[in-house]
Amino acid sequence: MSDSISLAEICISAASKAWKDDGEILATGIGLIPRIAAGLAKLTQNPDLMMTDGETYLISEPAPMGKRDVSYDQVEGYMSYSRVFDNLWGGKRHAMVTPTQIDCFGQTNISAIGDYTSPKVQLLGVRGFPGNFINHKNSIFIPNHSVKTFVNGEVDMVSGMGYKNKQLSNGKFEIKVVVTNLGVFDFNGTDNSLQLLSLHPGASVDDVKLNTGFEISISSETITPMPSEEELILIREVLDPQGIRNSIFGE
Amino acid sequence: MDKILTHDAVINNLSSGMTIGVGGWGARRKPMSLIRAICQSDLKDLTLVSYGGPDVGLLCAHKKVKKLIFGFVSLDMIPLEAHFRVSRQNNEIDVMELDEGMVQWGLRAAAMDLPFLPTRVGLGTDVLTHNPELKFVTSPYSDEENLVAMPALNLDVALLHVNKSDEKGNTQIVGPDPFFDELFARAATKTFISSEELVSTQELGGKEGAIFNRFERSLVTGVVHSVFGAHPTSCAPNYGFDMKHLKEYSDAAKSFKEYSSKYMNKTHEEYIDSVGGSEAIKNIPLPQF
Repeated sequence: MSDSISLAEICISAASKAWKDDGEILATGIGLIPRIAAGLAKLTQNPDLMMTDGETYLISEPAPMGKRDVSYDQVEGYMSYSRVFDNLWGGKRHAMVTPTQIDCFGQTNISAIGDYTSPKVQLLGVRGFPGNFINHKNSIFIPNHSVKTFVNGEVDMVSGMGYKNKQLSNGKFEIKVVVTNLGVFDFNGTDNSLQLLSLHPGASVDDVKLNTGFEISISSETITPMPSEEELILIREVLDPQGIRNSIFGE
Repeated sequence: MDKILTHDAVINNLSSGMTIGVGGWGARRKPMSLIRAICQSDLKDLTLVSYGGPDVGLLCAHKKVKKLIFGFVSLDMIPLEAHFRVSRQNNEIDVMELDEGMVQWGLRAAAMDLPFLPTRVGLGTDVLTHNPELKFVTSPYSDEENLVAMPALNLDVALLHVNKSDEKGNTQIVGPDPFFDELFARAATKTFISSEELVSTQELGGKEGAIFNRFERSLVTGVVHSVFGAHPTSCAPNYGFDMKHLKEYSDAAKSFKEYSSKYMNKTHEEYIDSVGGSEAIKNIPLPQF
């Protein structure tokens, strides 16, 4: 089994560790890999995590990717958008998100690229990023590690705050982990700089440096651990039986 | 008491330059038949407050929007709203871009008749850079924390789509998430409802039904009976998103003429026929997330 492990599966396994020590909070994985990773975290690292069906209900078992029969969902509670806001303002949440840009301060952008008055590329809008980042822990998944995502200077429109404004968050701001197609990182380098924790198989320190628009700390050049047999079975048979995960890197 | 109105009568209650709040969320439970009626009217220079979807995009495409107060504009399964993007990228509209929760806070302040509500949200972001009108407030208690004073988002009018209403404006939102429709109603001077079903008060279901009554009838100025009035957005549990239509609508951002001649400038009944008729919409499955 191990020689056919995909990059998506390596990323899911690495990302699932983000929620390990969170206790009983709401885990929100937005997008394909973060969502499977949050589900894997609940099934392995932290069974106390709460999670939604992707819409309005809290369910006891993570919802698998793709079409499913929702009548089998084990509903345990309610999580309308209004309640999500109430929950996150209280800090009892850890989201994993995919911003379009991120900078050396950990500031993130999902609003607009280019001049703000008439953007070159209008994106979603800041959504809940200002509130999320100032109120609770977040992690980040970037499928295309490049100087376009890890930008030189600051992001074009700061949607989620960064370490340079950490003092404004009443102690709640933290970017726990950053998982990309090249490796695993956090912001615990000198003065909260981005630091490399491990490289995915086949990626090099040069790849990381060339594709990051700012200085990063290299604390380790170890290889990202492979998913365990248990994790692989859960990913392949329970969380994503249709293999939708492998579309993310065209595997 | 009879609050039943036609689409045209609602339009006659609106005027250019008004601030209009639109209920729903993204491509979910938007009062689209009322939005189309605005598109077909002489109204202009509107300020919109919305958890935006095709309501914002369609009004942008018809050049009705002066200013948009928003946290996002999205068609859910199609993440980016093409018509809104064109308006933004061509600098055709003014924007007040806020965190989703700040929008809620602004509506709540208006609902409570307060000038502002304090929050940390917005600090450390360019939401403050691009909205210099946002001011701060210092906590009067010993922490002396400096917070954003999110101003009240007072609305002239709120437009909401609901599952059921009686003629007095006793409404029910039966779908699992009522979104922030209640706050839109409370923040507005007048609220106009479009409703899938128009029923007698007895048919609202008594105590069990009353759980779904999200705000009281005194907030409701008028009710339009609009079957499939949320199309092409979803109206759980009645029908889902019309993905095929949303895709055609989205693609029309390149050239709006064909879409417009097929679907605009029609009565609501003509519109429903043009998008495939009642039976087709009734059979659109609910979305899965």
